[in-house]
Amino acid sequence: MNKILVIAEHANGVLNSSTARAVACAAAIGGEITVAVLTTGSCDVAAQAAGLEGVVSVAELTNPGNAQALAALQAPQLLEISAGYTHVLAPNSTFGKDLMPRLAALLDRPMVTDIMAVQDARTFDRPVYAGNAITTVQVDDDGLVLATVRGASWPPVVQTQAPVTVECQTSDIDLPAHTRFVALDGEQGDRPDLQAAEKVISGGRGLGAAEHFALVEAVADKLGAAVGASRAAVDSGWVPNDLQVGQTGKIIAPDLYIAAGISGAIQHLAGIKDAGTIVAINKDPDAPIFEVADIGLVADLHEVLPALTEML
Amino acid sequence: MEANNNHQNISQATTDEIERDEMAFDYLIVGAGPAGLATAIRLKQKNADLTVCVIEKASQPGMHSLAGAVIETAALDELFSDWRQTPPDVWVPVTKDEFSLLSASSKTPLPLPPQQRNHDNVITSLGALVAWLVEKAEALGVEVYAGFPAQQALLDEGRVVGVRTGDMGLDKQGSPKDSFQPGMDLKAKVTVLAEGCRGSVSKQLIKHFSLDKNSQPQTYGIGIKELWQLPPGRVTPGLVQHSIGWPLDTATYGGSFLYHLENDQVAVGFVVGLDYQDPRFSPFEAFQQFKHHPTVKPVLEGGEIVSSGARALVEGGWQSLPTMDAPGVMLIGDAAGTLNVPKIKGVHTALWSGIYAADHLVEQADSAGWDQAFRQSPVAKELYQVRNIRPGFQYGLWRGLLNAAWQTLTRGLVPGVMKHHEDHSALKRLSEMTQRDRQWVERDLPPRDRLASVYFAATEHDEDQPVHLQIADPDICTSRCAQEYGNPCTKFCPANVYEMIETEQGRQLQINAANCVHCKTCDIKDPYQIINWVPPEGGSGPNYRNL
Amino acid sequence: MKVLVGVKRVVDFNTRIQVKSDGSGVQTDGVKFSMNPFDEIAVEEAIRLKEAGLATEVIAVSIGGDKNQDTLRSALAMGADSALLVKTDDEIQPLMAAKILKNLVEQQQPKLVLLGKQAIDDDANQTPQMLAGLLGWPQATFASKLEIDGDTAAVTREVDAGLETLSVDLPAVVSSDLRLNEPRYIKLPDIMKAKRKPLEVIDLADLNIAASASIATLKTSAPPQRQAGIKVESSEALVAELKARNLV
Ligand SMILES: Cc1cc2nc3c(=O)[nH]c(=O)nc-3n(C[C@H](O)[C@H](O)[C@H](O)COP(=O)(O)OP(=O)(O)OC[C@H]3O[C@@H](n4cnc5c(N)ncnc54)[C@H](O)[C@@H]3O)c2cc1C
Ligand SMILES: Cc1cc2nc3c(=O)[nH]c(=O)nc-3n(C[C@H](O)[C@H](O)[C@H](O)COP(=O)(O)OP(=O)(O)OC[C@H]3O[C@@H](n4cnc5c(N)ncnc54)[C@H](O)[C@@H]3O)c2cc1C
Ligand code: SF4
Repeated sequence: MNKILVIAEHANGVLNSSTARAVACAAAIGGEITVAVLTTGSCDVAAQAAGLEGVVSVAELTNPGNAQALAALQAPQLLEISAGYTHVLAPNSTFGKDLMPRLAALLDRPMVTDIMAVQDARTFDRPVYAGNAITTVQVDDDGLVLATVRGASWPPVVQTQAPVTVECQTSDIDLPAHTRFVALDGEQGDRPDLQAAEKVISGGRGLGAAEHFALVEAVADKLGAAVGASRAAVDSGWVPNDLQVGQTGKIIAPDLYIAAGISGAIQHLAGIKDAGTIVAINKDPDAPIFEVADIGLVADLHEVLPALTEML
Repeated sequence: MEANNNHQNISQATTDEIERDEMAFDYLIVGAGPAGLATAIRLKQKNADLTVCVIEKASQPGMHSLAGAVIETAALDELFSDWRQTPPDVWVPVTKDEFSLLSASSKTPLPLPPQQRNHDNVITSLGALVAWLVEKAEALGVEVYAGFPAQQALLDEGRVVGVRTGDMGLDKQGSPKDSFQPGMDLKAKVTVLAEGCRGSVSKQLIKHFSLDKNSQPQTYGIGIKELWQLPPGRVTPGLVQHSIGWPLDTATYGGSFLYHLENDQVAVGFVVGLDYQDPRFSPFEAFQQFKHHPTVKPVLEGGEIVSSGARALVEGGWQSLPTMDAPGVMLIGDAAGTLNVPKIKGVHTALWSGIYAADHLVEQADSAGWDQAFRQSPVAKELYQVRNIRPGFQYGLWRGLLNAAWQTLTRGLVPGVMKHHEDHSALKRLSEMTQRDRQWVERDLPPRDRLASVYFAATEHDEDQPVHLQIADPDICTSRCAQEYGNPCTKFCPANVYEMIETEQGRQLQINAANCVHCKTCDIKDPYQIINWVPPEGGSGPNYRNL
Repeated sequence: MKVLVGVKRVVDFNTRIQVKSDGSGVQTDGVKFSMNPFDEIAVEEAIRLKEAGLATEVIAVSIGGDKNQDTLRSALAMGADSALLVKTDDEIQPLMAAKILKNLVEQQQPKLVLLGKQAIDDDANQTPQMLAGLLGWPQATFASKLEIDGDTAAVTREVDAGLETLSVDLPAVVSSDLRLNEPRYIKLPDIMKAKRKPLEVIDLADLNIAASASIATLKTSAPPQRQAGIKVESSEALVAELKARNLV
């Protein structure tokens, strides 16, 4: 029987959805799932984790050093508890990526980054070469499996079940003082950052003029989406080049990507191949974008975009 | 002291006053192709004390190299004694030659012209050959610097004293960015230009010294090539196939090659003479059509493209060779135009010209006399013999073939030199050409279009740099050219660099400089000769894999 | 202050990756290799520290075959003072790489180790954190800004929630993100000079590092191709479809 420990990611008293995604991966591995929540003891994150489908127990590790998630302080706290498990998982977010390799080194174990599929309890698929190849890897001894979980590959488990018990442990180990949190500057822009956004709408040459980008922005604001662009739109001087999506621009993987007036050249597609759902709005039914779009609409964007803004 | 005063250089104004590093060598070679590397190797073999520097615009040697390539190897024997034990990575001896005439639906075998007999020759990749030569050159102490284009020649009192390398880190407008790194001045007793076909510095100097005043105009072709990985069992390693005919009309010179390599790979390509007449014609499309011929498509179907690219080649031969030296500078290989057109081979002649050039330098320590020395060499004799074959094709395929047979029979002994015309002047106006039905088919093999093709060329340019395709007068594009020729640049460029787009200000030329694969076709074929190709930032351009 | 920088030789970022048909890996013949771009940024940062008078010596290290000497020469041409190649033809996974680096750190006693946040071939993103863990040093990963002040460093990190600033005591391990700096263009004379800078080759076996558990790669496959989905007829239908899929 596998015993899987999932390390929760949370901030400001709220459990990050990446945790529920990691739990989904744990469920695919199969076994008894415990969520470890590292806190200062003053918040109800553990209770949120206790409600996740498939979780059998929650271990809350409290320590004053957990006010911020610092890998150098959290890895030592996880050393002892890890011993009782067959697997330790964390989200492949900057939180998990920072923490897990350090923990793995302390345990003298190798680690699997970015699980996208589970073949069996010790065999996983993970992307390499920026997702241009997939390797199937195996932890082929019988030691502890440590891994991070690719969020985009795992829909989060739901918050349904009656909460399981939360076991509270206060850790009193000495934590190093060599690493200190100074500040967090959350990104404050009106729109989410293109690279990190869950939804993105991009405009291409089909917009016809700089001022028509307002049509794209209006939909973006309605959706809470980031704005992107094709190279042709950038080259026309309609938007700055940091909005460019594609081979020489940003490579992004939002849940929803809307391409308006973009033909879908291979260099543009190189930037969105890992997007969840691609929506294409283009007046040319033969545009290559339709060969990869999950939802296509052959129409004039000058009509569609205002309509979307209206209806969304 | 600048040689390039005849073309505008955006960066000039801002960077002229800059203090530049300077380095000096005995001999400086521009271009790490077979010609330049052979010179460098031979020089060091003959005199290890010489300082010899080779600069190359590609990010790594071989990344801009593209040829068929079936090569003759005698020049390698001349350079190295024991090279056959460890040949270049791609190395397949030719086992069989085929030559045929295509119609849209059939293939008729033709007798093999003697120039195309490839016994003892080898199929290789120019990129692999170059990488191999660079290793040998470096082992001999040659300094090879990739990622440094020669931007312009440095002249001092009428003598070429070296070159200036390109500036790095200029933005689109030509102003220095934080990363700005001025090009430097590389000086040498003699500068050897080995830039290959339509070299940009060679072009400046041929003009500056009027080196072409006694020769016929140079003529060119464009070659487009793809390397394919096929399902197992389809290839016959060592088989060399050439065709003429469809999809070209009989007024257009050109043909295909299909070379069978090992490991289930084939090299497939197409060459078209740039003296074609129809402004609507697209060499890229002709190549893609060829791949769909009923005898070719079954070979490729289900395979995948490993790499693809395009490069112009010289076709002028003997009568188009410019004077190959001027004070302080020598032209070798295809920078001068040493390719043997009927053989479609220029690697061996490039290597030989490099060897002779080195021998000349070792003996004379100067550029003077190089032109004469080359013209007395065995390679010059080889070129002289076949001088009248290619020009015959300006009268169409049939007369061309007849003439070729005649020239071959007489081994070029009939005196006289047939004339060439400049390729761009061959283009007819839209009004003079009726649109023709080329019996072209719907395509479904990759790449779907030129953008997809460029993707396989792995070309790379920082988009924030001056456009390296300088248009002397963009107004011509939207006015006269649009009317007279329908903007042929949008058709002949294999990388879709030139686009005419509708804007609110009307139709405009959009130059997607970052797509460029450095084939030089636009510099050659544009009917008004207003496109000037200059090297972009060092290391930019395609990254071919074994082409 | 001595700075140690790690550089890995990888398939160039611009290369189109092709998976071998037998699943044994990706094609590398005729392919361009270069320094891992994140490592290039790490080298640049180290050199800027030296130029600012904060670092006294920059040592570049690489683990791998003889070809890695080219990668080290690039680091030397950028401005590193000396280079170390730990020679091995075996595949080196992050845990082993971290152990090798730890060994070099113990020999060289740097006050700062700068590494790229991940190599663009295996995309593992592990070595810097593992090295810091093994050494018991502070780690500051995904750095977009590094300021050294005496015995501490203020590091701005690019985390999912924004920009986080940490203060760490030196010695520390810092891993570079894309925005830390823009690496310089290498100058031709510097390539020449780099040929004369010291490059020491150590055989991995001579370091006597015990092998550690590793992960087996069973096969490499091409990612699934995206397929065309459905077409909708109107904006209304599009909105309905997006709602049905819980996307808006
Ligand atoms: C080395 C290299 C790197 C590159 N990097 C990138 C990159 O990073 N990102 C990138 O995007 N491109 C990149 N490109 C360029 C790429 O190949 C395409 O040229 C570019 O993506 C085209 O942009 P587009 O789709 O906006 O324009 P087009 O291809 O011109 O397409 C415009 C589309 O809009 C449609 N349209 C027009 N009017 C309307 C209307 N009223 N309503 C609806 N649809 C309409 C048209 O049918 C057409 O399909 C790169 C190319 C190269 C060679
Ligand atoms: C499609 C095609 C098929 C061919 N098939 C064959 C064949 O089967 N057999 C055969 O023998 N020949 C073939 N050739 C011809 C052969 O490729 C050339 O004749 C030969 O490569 C010429 O060698 P070179 O050294 O003169 O020039 P190149 O090989 O062109 O080398 C010139 C080098 O200089 C560099 N360079 C150019 N300008 C600068 C600059 N300003 N600064 C720095 N570097 C610069 C270039 O990047 C290049 O690396 C073919 C050519 C083509 C296009
Ligand atoms: S722009 Fe000119 S040199 Fe560049 S690919 Fe097109 S035709 Fe060739």
